[in-house]
Amino acid sequence: MLDHTPVAVMERHALRINPAKTCQPIGALYAASGLHRCLPHSHGSQGCCSYHRSHLTRHFREPVMASSSSFTEGASVFGGASNLVQALGTIFSTYGPDVVAVHTTCLSETIGDDIPSIIARAREEGAIPDGKHVIHASTPSYSGSHVTGFAAMAAGMVNYFAEEPTSSRRRKDGRTRVNIVPGFVEPSDMREVRRIAELMNLTPTVLPDTSGVLDAPATGTYEFYPKGGVTVDELRGLGRAVATVALGPQASRAAAVAVENRCYVPREILDLPIGIAATDRFVGVLRRRAAYEVPGELLDERGQLVDLMADARQHLHGKKVAIFGDPDHVVAMAEFVADLGMRPVHILTGTPGKSFEKRVGTLLAGRSPDANVRSRGDLFLLHQWMKNDPVDLLIGTSYGKHLARAEDVPFVRYGWPILDRFGHSYFPSVGYRGGLRLMEKILDALLDRRDRDAPDEEFELIL
Amino acid sequence: MARILKAREGQVTRSRISVDGAPDLDCDRRSVAGSVSQRACTFCGSRVVLYPIADALHLVHGPVGCAVYTWDIRGALSSGPQLHRLSFSTDLRERHVVFGGEQQLEASLVELIARHRPNAAFVYATCIVGVIGDDVDAVCRAVSGRTGIPVIPVRSEGFRGSKRDGYSAACRALESLVGTAPTDGVTAHSVNLLGDFNLAGEIWIIRDYLERLGVQVVANLTGDGRVADIRRAHGAALNLVQCSGSTVGLAEHLRERYGQPYLRVSYFGFEDMAEALYGVARHFKDPQMMLRAREIVAEGITEAMPVIRAVRPDLEGKRAAIYVGGAFKAVSLVRALRTLGMRTVMVGSQTGTAEDYRTLTALCDPGTVVVDDSNPLELASFLVEEDVDLFVGGVKERPVAYKLGVAFCDHNHERKIALEGFVGMANFAKEVHASVTSPVWQLTPRRRREPSPSPLPGAVR
Ligand code: SF4
Ligand code: SF4
Repeated sequence: MLDHTPVAVMERHALRINPAKTCQPIGALYAASGLHRCLPHSHGSQGCCSYHRSHLTRHFREPVMASSSSFTEGASVFGGASNLVQALGTIFSTYGPDVVAVHTTCLSETIGDDIPSIIARAREEGAIPDGKHVIHASTPSYSGSHVTGFAAMAAGMVNYFAEEPTSSRRRKDGRTRVNIVPGFVEPSDMREVRRIAELMNLTPTVLPDTSGVLDAPATGTYEFYPKGGVTVDELRGLGRAVATVALGPQASRAAAVAVENRCYVPREILDLPIGIAATDRFVGVLRRRAAYEVPGELLDERGQLVDLMADARQHLHGKKVAIFGDPDHVVAMAEFVADLGMRPVHILTGTPGKSFEKRVGTLLAGRSPDANVRSRGDLFLLHQWMKNDPVDLLIGTSYGKHLARAEDVPFVRYGWPILDRFGHSYFPSVGYRGGLRLMEKILDALLDRRDRDAPDEEFELIL
Repeated sequence: MARILKAREGQVTRSRISVDGAPDLDCDRRSVAGSVSQRACTFCGSRVVLYPIADALHLVHGPVGCAVYTWDIRGALSSGPQLHRLSFSTDLRERHVVFGGEQQLEASLVELIARHRPNAAFVYATCIVGVIGDDVDAVCRAVSGRTGIPVIPVRSEGFRGSKRDGYSAACRALESLVGTAPTDGVTAHSVNLLGDFNLAGEIWIIRDYLERLGVQVVANLTGDGRVADIRRAHGAALNLVQCSGSTVGLAEHLRERYGQPYLRVSYFGFEDMAEALYGVARHFKDPQMMLRAREIVAEGITEAMPVIRAVRPDLEGKRAAIYVGGAFKAVSLVRALRTLGMRTVMVGSQTGTAEDYRTLTALCDPGTVVVDDSNPLELASFLVEEDVDLFVGGVKERPVAYKLGVAFCDHNHERKIALEGFVGMANFAKEVHASVTSPVWQLTPRRRREPSPSPLPGAVR
């Protein structure tokens, strides 16, 4: 399927081939589904919304709900204000959410619909019942990517709900509150960062929080609004935290900045806590903010990860790795594989933003001097790199499977979306435990390949 | 009755004993703004139809998302080139929205055509292109002149309408290809296959039957399709049209333009598959061919029957719900489920016409719920109310069914097994049986009114 890819790399300006990103609204939709009893709403034509829901369903294998303004030809000329007002009326009377989270699309942005004033009009006209909320984020896909769309909606939640604290920031039980923006990660990852913060004696507000929403159990009933998600009350209380920890600058920075601006809660912008070093930094910040010593339980988890890193060292050393996917994921993974003694040689994201290249450079600190690093790339370019400088392992989303096959390279699925495997939403990649899981996946892929390729006499029982 | 949007009341009905008694469904209208519709857009419809043409370049002119969501998502198999499975997008940025994307489009086309040497190129216009007003037609003409291959604009801006409007846009694109090459070597007993997308290799099954009938297949529109075949498709004596919505417009056009008659067929289930073959033989008024058709049917059914017989006892009397893209397919499914001894208690589609729904209402048992353009809440409540054992639907419906502990069979574009032809009926039977009898349903509370999960082993009852 990929036999057309030429080896010679040339600059392309006009064209995206096999993208390594998608559009902002799907990220906004994902973020909004992590708000309790919220119905995400796509302000645009029906198609976008239908695609976004299908795509998220393919990854999470869960029902994904969202409504659409169902633009027609008329709306594309005269604007979509009346569609949105009508839509809000329909939504509240039929689906009964507490919150509707409106994101825009390419179309409504180009037409120039002003969402806040349309929301105001809808309220005046009685389309929004008392005590119900409508929030919004601006997410045209001709800028950013699904990751920035997630960031915009997370910030939107803050901007609409966060209040300046009126009472004390101390909780009665003596625990300190902290806000955590977890990034565009799995429900399991959101669960895990919460667990780690709780181990650090903190009371976290995770926003958004899709755990309990997009990893809901089979109960024999269909819950249109599953029990998970950050609540409006929790969002109102964001100002009572000692800090907002943003995990992954691209997906989470905007929300942390918004909390700081509205409620004077300081922000801590960190990498996604994937791998040992990034998790250490995360735990370090929590420790400082909580003024609480790292408990034995967490130290043991770290110790287990170090132990496995030592055990498996010889199988990883010097292996060349290509990594692609979302910027926050790729940055953290590049550092982790370097810490494992491997060499990340091709490092690529589709999301635009030069900070990506800089951060990778800082974290690798000369450990992979000739690495190709690129933001706003695509998989066609990555394939060309892999032809020019072959690797031992490819790490990325399901879209890498064609590359892995064409170049016959072991492949670890990591990030979003994963469309051809199961179970990924249930196990975290973040934290020390996530590190163990990622190592298991990497080692399985490498050693399965070694076994496959070994001549009979070298095919050994014990490795 | 399920919670139904007030404005949607006309889009749901229950079939009656007499067809005349049931009101016509108020279908083919825009979804209510604000509903959680399962429907897609014009672009989606066009992409679905044209995507399987494997030696053409498919360039999505627009922001990157529209291209990503249609990248290698359909199992429309090709026996040769795989060019259709790559994703090409002009990835419009802010500056293009302001200054226009024509240059971007032209440069992309030129680069891609030089590298991939496709036999034709399709350029899909997405919503935003319609708004910024790029002259896609002019760019396509210019590039076609420079490269010497047909470069065909597809007017598929999503807001222009429903998926069905996208089918028409795709048909118009195909119309411009048909009739542009000589028809040497096309015989008197020849057909084109319209509206089959070769999911899981299904068109190969149908082509095999037709070849055994002694019928030449000139062009596949569009499963495993090739540009050169489509260009000479006007030479065929007959068009076989499957999938009601998608290509009937093209068939109409070909009849007017080239005098090609068409036959509406379905390849799902014994009855419809057999009728398709008999219809072809009748059309060519060839008694030998009719004999061969009978042989193929007899042989196909004989081969498939043991499977049906084996699974039927487990399925007898079970209740099925159907929600699919096209209503014509739903008709075949009702029949096929009946062959398995199952009863359809709910049936609906995203894009059916009034006529389709009349057919469905007449076909189904009295009391069957018939819906147009449904939403997940509504579907879920029908599944519960109608006490459904099997749901046949697409990607967005599957997890809803599983949450309710209802078995599921994928009959949309993500299916991985061939369901057409006699062998397809056997596959369908196996698939339905595997899903309905899966041990997992023992572990989920099957229906709401049943008591909570059985106690753990060792627990006191
Ligand atoms: S129009 Fe924009 S929002 Fe809609 S699918 Fe395409 S890229 Fe995404
Ligand atoms: S932008 Fe338009 S064409 Fe693209 S997916 Fe959305 S509705 Fe369809």
